[in-house]
Amino acid sequence: MSDISDWAIPVPLLFLLEFSPPKISSILLSNYVSPSNPPTTCSISTSHIKILPANRPAVASKPTCFHLYHRLPGLMPESCLLIIVGALVGAIIFGTDHKSPPVMDSSIYFLYLLPPIVLEGGYFMPTRPFFENIGSILWWAGLGALINAFGIGLSLYLICQIKAFGLSDVNLLQNLLFGSLISAVDPVAVLAVFEEAHVNEPLYMMIFGEALLNDGISVVLYNILIAFTKMHKFEDIEPVDILAGCARFIIVGVGGVFFGVIFGFISAFITRFTQNISAIEPLIVFMFSYLSYLAAETLYLSGILAITACAVTMKKYVEENVSQTSYTTIKYFMKMLSSVSETLIFIFMGVSTIGKNHEWNWAFICFTLVFCQIWRAISVFALFYVSNQFRTFPFSIKDQCIIFYSGVRGAGSFSLAFLLPLSLFPRKKMFVTATLVVIYFTVFIQGITIGPLVRYLDVKKTNKKESINEELHIRLMDHLKAGIEDVCGQWSHYQVRDKFKKFDHRYLRKILIRKNQPKSSIVSLYKKLEMKQAIEMVETGILSSTAFSVPQQAQRIHGTKRLSPEDVESMRDILTHNMYQVRQRTLSYNKYNLRPQTSEKQAKEILIRRQNTLRESMRKGHSLPWGKPAGTKNIRYLSFPYGHPQPARRDPRAADFTGNDSSDSELPSIMFKAHSRTGTLQERRLTHEIIPMKSLPSGGKPCHVRYPRNTSQEEHVGPGRREALRPKPLFHAVDEEFESGEESEEESSASGSRWSAEPRPSRQHHRSHSPLLQRK
Amino acid sequence: MGSRGSHAARIPDGDSIRRETGFSQASLLRLYHRFRALDRNKKGYLSRMDLQQIGALAVNPLGERIIDSFFPDGNLRVDFPGFVRVLAHFRPVDDEDPGMRDPKEPEPLNSRMNKLRFAFQLYDLDRDGKISRHEMLQVLRLMVGVQVTEEQLESIADRTVQEADEDGDGAVSFLEFAKSLEKMDIEQKMSIRILK
Repeated sequence: MSDISDWAIPVPLLFLLEFSPPKISSILLSNYVSPSNPPTTCSISTSHIKILPANRPAVASKPTCFHLYHRLPGLMPESCLLIIVGALVGAIIFGTDHKSPPVMDSSIYFLYLLPPIVLEGGYFMPTRPFFENIGSILWWAGLGALINAFGIGLSLYLICQIKAFGLSDVNLLQNLLFGSLISAVDPVAVLAVFEEAHVNEPLYMMIFGEALLNDGISVVLYNILIAFTKMHKFEDIEPVDILAGCARFIIVGVGGVFFGVIFGFISAFITRFTQNISAIEPLIVFMFSYLSYLAAETLYLSGILAITACAVTMKKYVEENVSQTSYTTIKYFMKMLSSVSETLIFIFMGVSTIGKNHEWNWAFICFTLVFCQIWRAISVFALFYVSNQFRTFPFSIKDQCIIFYSGVRGAGSFSLAFLLPLSLFPRKKMFVTATLVVIYFTVFIQGITIGPLVRYLDVKKTNKKESINEELHIRLMDHLKAGIEDVCGQWSHYQVRDKFKKFDHRYLRKILIRKNQPKSSIVSLYKKLEMKQAIEMVETGILSSTAFSVPQQAQRIHGTKRLSPEDVESMRDILTHNMYQVRQRTLSYNKYNLRPQTSEKQAKEILIRRQNTLRESMRKGHSLPWGKPAGTKNIRYLSFPYGHPQPARRDPRAADFTGNDSSDSELPSIMFKAHSRTGTLQERRLTHEIIPMKSLPSGGKPCHVRYPRNTSQEEHVGPGRREALRPKPLFHAVDEEFESGEESEEESSASGSRWSAEPRPSRQHHRSHSPLLQRK
Repeated sequence: MGSRGSHAARIPDGDSIRRETGFSQASLLRLYHRFRALDRNKKGYLSRMDLQQIGALAVNPLGERIIDSFFPDGNLRVDFPGFVRVLAHFRPVDDEDPGMRDPKEPEPLNSRMNKLRFAFQLYDLDRDGKISRHEMLQVLRLMVGVQVTEEQLESIADRTVQEADEDGDGAVSFLEFAKSLEKMDIEQKMSIRILK
């Protein structure tokens, strides 16, 4: 272990790096976009601004600052920036002639730096698309890595045989080893770059899956080959050894995954019981993941694959079990750890770039670059050609080109190169230099040009400005299409998935998920946020009644007004900027930011408005008995016999609510049930199957199925109120696709007496947990 | 949900539905499974509530209208043929030569005109065959965030109607609607790949 003094320079610089551009942009952006930030980023942002003024010239003019940085992640992958900063650090260290720059040795890397990165990758992986495409992903990632490794290794060996290059002392094994480490790609770095080009889901998953599995496979291969090299020093390698190597490869891989899954289940099981010690939950999660890594490594299995499998398994159950704050903590902490690791690795990379330990050999380096590209192309096109035969939705050539071009190397290869034992590799410096060159080349050149390339390939047919009509209609159709896609649902092609789901429901969830879990730890947060947002919206007068008075106006036929082009332009701008975004089915991954804030806000707005619309329409008098078509809106209203406003009773509750923020429990249930009256309840019961109940407050759906459950929420309910429906147990009846995030009627309470429209508009609203949509 | 063994036999009227909508056997089967999955109480038909439980539709600005489009003429229930009929509008257009089609047969549900008609009915709630300014305004309001003021929305609605309206009646008829979108690739916009 190096001395503490060795860290004197790098550590402060590490802090600088932590607040490097991509993070600044996301932090600043998130600060500006939405005030409701998780506390961690808030505190970081205030402190970092003080540290950085010297380095960030544009801090004074924040708008340009984050506008610039906002575009930056779209221009180049984050690793570009990290590398640049790392090189700067290296230059500083080199320039100050620091005696012994921090050294990364094998134990630090494999024990401390690598696991967090892999854990984060596994945890944030979207599971459904992954498993849908798992065949292709395994085929591509596994075989691709092997083909690349051996291809590059063999070709380089052939080059080395040529006497003219002075490389003849590099033998076959060393070349193979070099091939295996150089084929470790990190394409996730480029994902952010072409996010906007609407990469389709399977393509996205290919890249993600490759990144995930690639590290593991390279390391396994690396270890096997290192073992061979050690062996080779003393004896010759026989064919049986090679077979043993292959067998070892498989065992190591599969064994690692197996271990990971077991640990995942164990930790999920433990979190079932941690209700009262929720502060330790994050620790449990991290501990067990790390434990899986260590356990697998101890048994010479692949720790990386173990920790990945652990994260994937654990995620689903842990998310449901842990409390909301633990959940947030886990996510942010994981991101933080992996960022730190990656940054450190890039520092090391920068430090060793600017240093004296290079050996430049033109032939080797150039051919390495060339072969990397060639073999990647070969593997992409060959493997996808084969897998396309078996896929229902084959990958187009365009997709394959994108995959080929996204073969950006990253920190993984550098680390493996750096850790080559010098005793076995007398020409280690050459390898390191070559690796660095490849990394720099791919990251900078490929990384920066891939964005434009993808956009070019994705050519939009019309670049001309569309008329307002067209814009509106286009957007409408996009929404319509997204909606119908949702109705169609996801079609998995494998019964395996259905079977797994059934198995999961019947057995696994019973064991691993807490009892009486109202699924509402997530739901209640949503409700809280809803309430807050609703109050804000009302306070700013947005949802004022004028918004709804228009329907009453008679239709006026306007004379045609002459509108100047600027007016039309401005209208078009208003439309473009303010129309709701279509829900993206394609995934978007941002390594440094956890959730796109805007779609959350948008979803909330939509839901709140819809609810208000319903309430308004209820208010206007609905006396539609069931079975008759509604008037203009096709809304069915329950016949509401008395139409009594109950504003007075609402208000004390409103006070209750706002004060009662701390209770995590079903605020929503308050909602409605409170107003339900036995009379209507009975009526409802009769026709429950036809008229959906408004489920606003969460109880909705359940309410027609089972009747009021009594609850402890009596305390929230004023005296003499109807029982509140407990949402809890009912949720188990709900399919996983549907998680009702109820909307708290709080907002309605905030709007005071508008409440008269009672709770039962016939429509049932299932709020999908919009923040949760992104959580997947 | 039982084995996937017997296919068409299990779908009532499978053949006639297929002929009417043009879905392939496999797609029809998948849609049937989806129908059954949505139909939680195994009633044999879908009610509004079943569709409202699709979480993602709740945050779709047009969610309610989309659901309404499944229940034409104020029905309360939609059975499988009805369900499929709506989804058939979104089938990708077949690449066959239109000239080959028998002109006596009704236009396939996923033709451009029918797709446009489907979209049109999202606007035209009172089914009078025209999108009035008021209806346009309502749609706009649904689709635009809260930051836009009422006056802005009204002027946008005015402009929209004005751009498309040719005969000056202050409303957009279906033909005017279709004409205003003639340059748009509707077939691609309103097609869902998996429904092939």
